[in-house]
Amino acid sequence: MEKKKGKLILENGVVFEGSLFGYEQTSVGEVVFNTSLSGYQEIITDPSYYGQIVIMTYPLIGNYGTNEIDIESEKVQVKGLVVGNYENDWSNFDGINSLDEYLKINKTIGISGIDTRALTKMIRSEGAMRGIIADDLINEKELLAGLNEAPVMAGLDLVKFVTTKKSYVMRSGNPEYRIAFYDFGIKQNILREFLKYNVEIKVFSAGTDYTELLDYKPHGIFLSNGPGDPEAVMYGIENAKNLIDKKIPVFGICLGHQLIAQALGGKTYKLKFGHRGGNHPVKNHLTNKIEITSQNHGFAVDTDSLNKDIIDITHTNLYDGTNEGLRHKKLPVMSVQYHPEASPGPNDSKYLFDDFMKMVKN
Amino acid sequence: MPKRTDLKTILIIGSGPIVIGQACEFDYSGTQAVKALKEEGYRVVLINSNPATIMTDPEIADATYIEPITSYYIEKIIQKEKPDAILPTMGGQTALNAAMDLYEKGILKKYNVELIGAKVDSIKKAESRELFHDAMIKIGLEVAKGKFIHKFSEAKEFAEETGFPIIIRPSFTLGGTGGGIAYNIEEFESLVNRGLDASPTTEVLIEESLIGWKEFELEVMRDVNDNFVVICSIENFDPMGVHTGDSITVAPSQTLSDKQYQELRDAAKKIISEIGVETGGSNIQFSVNPENGRVIVIEMNPRVSRSSALASKATGFPIAKIAAKLAVGYTLDEIPNDITKTTPSCFEPVIDYVVVKIPRWDFDKFRSTNPDNDVLGVQMKSVGEVMSFGRNFKEAFQKAIRSLELGRSGFGADGKDVFSYEYLTSLSEEEKSGLKLKVLMKLQTPRSDNIFYLRYAMLLDASIDEIYNTTKIDKWFLNQLREIVEIEKELYGYEL
Repeated sequence: MEKKKGKLILENGVVFEGSLFGYEQTSVGEVVFNTSLSGYQEIITDPSYYGQIVIMTYPLIGNYGTNEIDIESEKVQVKGLVVGNYENDWSNFDGINSLDEYLKINKTIGISGIDTRALTKMIRSEGAMRGIIADDLINEKELLAGLNEAPVMAGLDLVKFVTTKKSYVMRSGNPEYRIAFYDFGIKQNILREFLKYNVEIKVFSAGTDYTELLDYKPHGIFLSNGPGDPEAVMYGIENAKNLIDKKIPVFGICLGHQLIAQALGGKTYKLKFGHRGGNHPVKNHLTNKIEITSQNHGFAVDTDSLNKDIIDITHTNLYDGTNEGLRHKKLPVMSVQYHPEASPGPNDSKYLFDDFMKMVKN
Repeated sequence: MPKRTDLKTILIIGSGPIVIGQACEFDYSGTQAVKALKEEGYRVVLINSNPATIMTDPEIADATYIEPITSYYIEKIIQKEKPDAILPTMGGQTALNAAMDLYEKGILKKYNVELIGAKVDSIKKAESRELFHDAMIKIGLEVAKGKFIHKFSEAKEFAEETGFPIIIRPSFTLGGTGGGIAYNIEEFESLVNRGLDASPTTEVLIEESLIGWKEFELEVMRDVNDNFVVICSIENFDPMGVHTGDSITVAPSQTLSDKQYQELRDAAKKIISEIGVETGGSNIQFSVNPENGRVIVIEMNPRVSRSSALASKATGFPIAKIAAKLAVGYTLDEIPNDITKTTPSCFEPVIDYVVVKIPRWDFDKFRSTNPDNDVLGVQMKSVGEVMSFGRNFKEAFQKAIRSLELGRSGFGADGKDVFSYEYLTSLSEEEKSGLKLKVLMKLQTPRSDNIFYLRYAMLLDASIDEIYNTTKIDKWFLNQLREIVEIEKELYGYEL
């Protein structure tokens, strides 16, 4: 593979030089790191990463190529991929394309040969920041100027870029229950998990008024994961509030969790460098057991802001004590910050889909 | 759950003399375990017949017995020291076998001594291949087609049905002693009879061959609350057919997608629950068909294993220490992480580097008239190993070769090859293809020096496909080695 020189410039002015792969372009985004050892294809196609440049801390990326199974949305969502060593000669029985080919098809840039350890340490100490990946020949000053004009993540509604434009229906088996989904940037594996039950799913665009969901006469409501700042998704919070009031079972994951927390009067805040990886231990306070979880979020729910008279804290992150889940004391409402659908990551928390379907059945 | 206060004195069984398949890795784990239990205020008694170990240093345990590891001597120690419990999971197969012997002779019951770390039923289920196979089928996992036989006539029937090659594994032996792979009926008869002799229960498992499949190991831990973590995944560079102790291994696994890896993780979780290891570590081995991803469970060790030492050092997670603490009742979330001090041990380490282990053989010291002395198979032959870290596979691999003390500076290019670079590249096309065939033929049989012949094959213009078809070493690894060879070629292009 021919190597073309490129660079990653951070808003603090630090420049990392490497070689480009994937689709050549200049690309700006919030630079975040993910500690998963595998699962790069799921990560780059996860809509929750929309607008971000993702660093993989595991240094060898591309080993098993890309396939038709590990796809979490219809396209690559990240603005760029930063790796230590891009491995072009992949080997796997499910593989179809190399990661380079896959990024080219999906018009996304990658940069390899970066000291991802130094870069990750910088982001851990200085916090997530914007960055730009570009061809080595482009003038640095010009790039930095462009970078500083790019929007910051806080206050940004990115959901509108990734939500479905039209609603659609999916079924499995002989559907006994109807579940209405708000798509804030849904991962395919959540749909796959739900379709293991006898359900009909109708997926609605994020901005749809809650009354349209009620017209569907759902037995349950699901609020999906998605990118950006939850506080910028005011319409999502309003709709969640109204649906919770209707006493229909509601389940939220990730951004869905944050919107539910806000709808119940809680607050969210931006984490310094976020949780992104497949090894976060979370304590389930209902069972006292530990789950190893898949995580991807830059914002968190402020535990102190939750009204403990109406809300039970169900899950806590053992790394930093941040909130990972809640349940309403009286109403059928549950949500988690992490990703029980995994993909990538461990399958320890799949029981949550069972728990929700039990709520729906009652 | 807090630690148990009903226990005062705990007896730890060491692994005895250093033999092939069981060496200093169990001194490492045993020493950690003694320290961990003393730290918790228990009185620790140790038996190990090997004085050349750290664990038998006087300041390590409260009382140390350098005596043969047999039920006769252990009973005497029990009479004298009156331990409340025995921790048998730190001293390899020797300690586990000794504990089972104590149980079967009624000694544990007689003196009211409890086994901690692994219970008798779990050990039986994991160690008896028949019970293990039944357990795997019960939880919906696949095992290789196989049969337990107690005499050769039973074995013959199976061979007629499945055809060759067939793997022969005697039950309850160290490092697979007495096992082998049979490619025809003559070899089969001799191996089966040898296996029957080697097995203390005159029991041999004969199995469909998974030779050439990919091999993976997971080092896992579980506590009394059913919390489960994978400490490390390990991928074997050498395919199935070469004993893990004789394989080059790499951590973490390199060639599985996340979903494929999670399938192994889910299986490991089911296995450790079904076998019932509640308080400690286990090592679980899987085989994956490189064509279609079919997963076969190979075996599980319900104890600290050879790979635990590697996994501990590769990740910084002290498996033996934590396993000892779990054995006395702690849960993973109650034990602080050694590295961060502030977060609990209930997590899965992630690393941003690659770890390579290469075995070290010493056939010069074990001279034999048998020219196949250094053929690698299901019986372990290496006498030690090196591990190394790198920011990529190539770096870790090169460092490991240097560490082997074979006098080699790395993967070739040090003037110490059987076929020099100049020689190989000066050959005519015809000579090249002739030698290439010879090299590939040699590579068909796994041997201790094959790694260097992979390079010769590459310098003789063998394609990755040709080498893969001969060796079944995953193409990802072969391509990594090819990249090293390409750099060598490039360097030869420059003048000093």
